[in-house]
Amino acid sequence: MITAALTILFHGLAFAMVLYIVSVGLGITMGLMNFANLAHGAFAAAGGYVVVMATRSLGLPFWVALPAAFVTVALAGAVVERLVVRTLYGADELRQVLFSIALLFMAIAGFTLAFGPLQQQPEIPAALSGQVTLGGIDFPAYRAFVIVAGVAILAALWLLIGRTRMGMRIRAAVDNRNMAEAVGVDTRMLFTLTFALGTGIAGLGGGIGADVLSITPTYGQEYLVLFLIVVAVGGLGSIFGPFLAALCIGVVDVAGKYLIPEFGAFFIYGVVIAILLAKPAGFFGVRS
Amino acid sequence: MTSFRTLTLGTAMAAAALLPMAASADAKAYKVGLIASLSGPTASLGQQIERGARLYEQLHKTDLGDDTIELVVRDDTGPAPDVAKRLAQELVVRDHVDFLAGIIFTPNANAIAPIATQAKVPFVIMNAAASATTKASPYIVRVSQTIPQFTQPLAQWASKQVDIKTVYTLVSDYAPGIEAEEAFTAGFKGDGKSVVQSVRVPVQSPDFVPFLQKVKDAKPDALYVFLPGGTQSTALMKAYQSLGLKEAGIRLIGSGEVTVEDELPNMGDAALGVVTGFHYSTAHDSKANADFLKAWQAAYGADSTPTFMAVGGYDGMAAIHHAIKAMKGKGDGKAAVDAMSQWTAESPRGSVSIDPETRDIVQNIYIRRVEKVNGALRNVEFETFAAVKDPGKAK
Repeated sequence: MITAALTILFHGLAFAMVLYIVSVGLGITMGLMNFANLAHGAFAAAGGYVVVMATRSLGLPFWVALPAAFVTVALAGAVVERLVVRTLYGADELRQVLFSIALLFMAIAGFTLAFGPLQQQPEIPAALSGQVTLGGIDFPAYRAFVIVAGVAILAALWLLIGRTRMGMRIRAAVDNRNMAEAVGVDTRMLFTLTFALGTGIAGLGGGIGADVLSITPTYGQEYLVLFLIVVAVGGLGSIFGPFLAALCIGVVDVAGKYLIPEFGAFFIYGVVIAILLAKPAGFFGVRS
Repeated sequence: MTSFRTLTLGTAMAAAALLPMAASADAKAYKVGLIASLSGPTASLGQQIERGARLYEQLHKTDLGDDTIELVVRDDTGPAPDVAKRLAQELVVRDHVDFLAGIIFTPNANAIAPIATQAKVPFVIMNAAASATTKASPYIVRVSQTIPQFTQPLAQWASKQVDIKTVYTLVSDYAPGIEAEEAFTAGFKGDGKSVVQSVRVPVQSPDFVPFLQKVKDAKPDALYVFLPGGTQSTALMKAYQSLGLKEAGIRLIGSGEVTVEDELPNMGDAALGVVTGFHYSTAHDSKANADFLKAWQAAYGADSTPTFMAVGGYDGMAAIHHAIKAMKGKGDGKAAVDAMSQWTAESPRGSVSIDPETRDIVQNIYIRRVEKVNGALRNVEFETFAAVKDPGKAK
């Protein structure tokens, strides 16, 4: 019984970390720029494809492929921000949503054309494909790595946002954009950098999480609801909020399916409704 | 595709050369409206059907003499009955097709059935597998498979295994899954045999760990699974492996979608030993299948693998060819359906025929085990249930 409970908790954590890594960038950009980017998942899928291509076709090691995914997707994010997203800041939400959902559909069609409709799996290093034993229970090593990576990314973001000058600017702009501009923060540059950072982390998440959420052309559409839930429950513009939200949702989802499988995916939505009724701005949201 | 285009061009030139002759004979140009899901999450399925149908056309173009067949392909985008219905209407009214064909999802087939009946157009189903669908219109002929047809033989096989006494069933929570659960539960019987628990999981489950942990706690001898295939099957296999169900002595059995050929390479060695009941495996040992695989890879590349969907498209066109030949330029939709009801063939999956009473496919169902053949995972057939009619119709 205890073994089962620990196994469930472990897999819930791994699922939660993937959700966190992919979603955290979405929360930051939505909080900072008021831009509802429904195409966020497409950037995660792009990162997944970079890792697949790098490990399968180019034969690069997994540890090189992950940073490559981050850099490639961040650059792509910066280009998209400069070319099109920029024109939609301050536009009404309907236009933003229509634009980003169209971007998502274009990405899906593009991925299908380039990589085919089937799912793709990256080559995982031998060190991560076995089992690790903790307290007499075997856990898949790869999922343990996912959990460690999630915590590491949280720590890195906390340092970046909480301890650097750029982080200070981002926090200032999230709190009050006009005031930040008035005191001389270059928000145009800041927006590009933040958008690139957010999409880059999503790309990293797509690559790291490819074993949990399979990389298919429709990735960004299939899991969109999960990403939005994490951001809404966590609160816009926060890095801890989505972490807590992802933990909550990952563990509740897995535990619910285990305990009462007949209700399947219902739990996750029940919990979301309850949390949002109690805290409409999410756990750590600066605004709802 | 290049080879296909060259071939089309070649045929066009040949036709041009023969033009004076062809004009004097009363050659007929038939149109087949092929509806499949060619975009979205299920795009790979539609691609299989379309490629299978086109391959048959490519190989048998000259069989009809002066008559020609044109494929008019439409994308119904997935399980979307309203879209499928609209497309079928357009194909009948605007394109004047002589046959409707294709269809992956049962709800789409059911939505098209009334149109086939009203327009008196024969409707060849190349996949949609719910048992009752052929009753929806007298113009439906199904060349694919039905869920009870491949589920019951597996249940009978499992009933005979001394080491399988208790089974846990896990199916996707939609109509075909429920039909599979019922067919398996009805077929798995005998002394001390029981289905200990049944669970229906959401159709899009990203992670099967919680469900399979529950299975592991219940310690059945085998886990029976029906899933729509694709990423779901791989996700299941990952959870099966990472929770160590095989090591815990829980065997995995299921329908052929669980180990479908285009996903097998993604599953890795976790899939070894999985036993499934189904009508087509690329490892089927026959000349017809060897020829089919060779032609497929010549047309679509050596790393492309046909699945049962492709065979459905391929055989569907074979049935349509049979009808056109039998009618000899005369006859209406009803005559075409009657002709197809008499169709028998040596398909890549084995001998097939249509049951004239139900207009449903009669075929061998094979029990297969995943084994490594020349380094690649294959569904190797080891037991055959010959000429199985749809048990769902006996009720």
